[in-house]
Amino acid sequence: MVRQYETVFIMTPVLSEEQMKEAVSKFQKYLKDKGAEIVFEDQWGLRKLAYPIHKKSTGFYHLIEYKANPELIAELELELKRDERIIRFLTVSLDKYAIAYNEKKRREKETAKSEESKS
Amino acid sequence: MATQQNSEIRYLTPIAVDVKKKKYCRFKKAGIKYIDYKDPNFLLKFVNEQGKILPRRLTGTSMKYQKKVSQAIKRARHLALMPYVADLLK
Repeated sequence: MVRQYETVFIMTPVLSEEQMKEAVSKFQKYLKDKGAEIVFEDQWGLRKLAYPIHKKSTGFYHLIEYKANPELIAELELELKRDERIIRFLTVSLDKYAIAYNEKKRREKETAKSEESKS
Repeated sequence: MATQQNSEIRYLTPIAVDVKKKKYCRFKKAGIKYIDYKDPNFLLKFVNEQGKILPRRLTGTSMKYQKKVSQAIKRARHLALMPYVADLLK
């Protein structure tokens, strides 16, 4: 059974722009290779952490929303754990309300963007 | 006759009677079905200034949504969007 999941991970701020993109694309590729369908992605950029993690006070946040089989999640989390560029991650399975909420938020964002470009 | 008149106590100013404002669950009222853990500014309403989760008896949230609120706050804490411990959060 395919379910929709959402993973947010935080990368260390010591990475350069390219290294960061490389790390992100690694997980995108990993998901695609394992047969997951990426629905949405969002780069939050460099954010301040509410408390220090590994003595770092900032981090790059990245969000991936995807459809995958439940068996894939454990493998992905193991992969995230092994990668030392990732300092924190969280995977959440989305219920129907969460999916609706995310879609609504995305649509709002898009309309705001299109209005901005018009004016 | 004088005693009868005194039996009714009259006040110059109306005494303040505590009218308890009925608490309500804001999620039920607004029809919110999903509480986003990625929105720390919203979740800030459900913690005190030390970052502790406020009890249901103070916020009026129903059991169903209190569980979701606490789950969302705990997720936000894990992702360092909210602090586990804080001082003067507000």
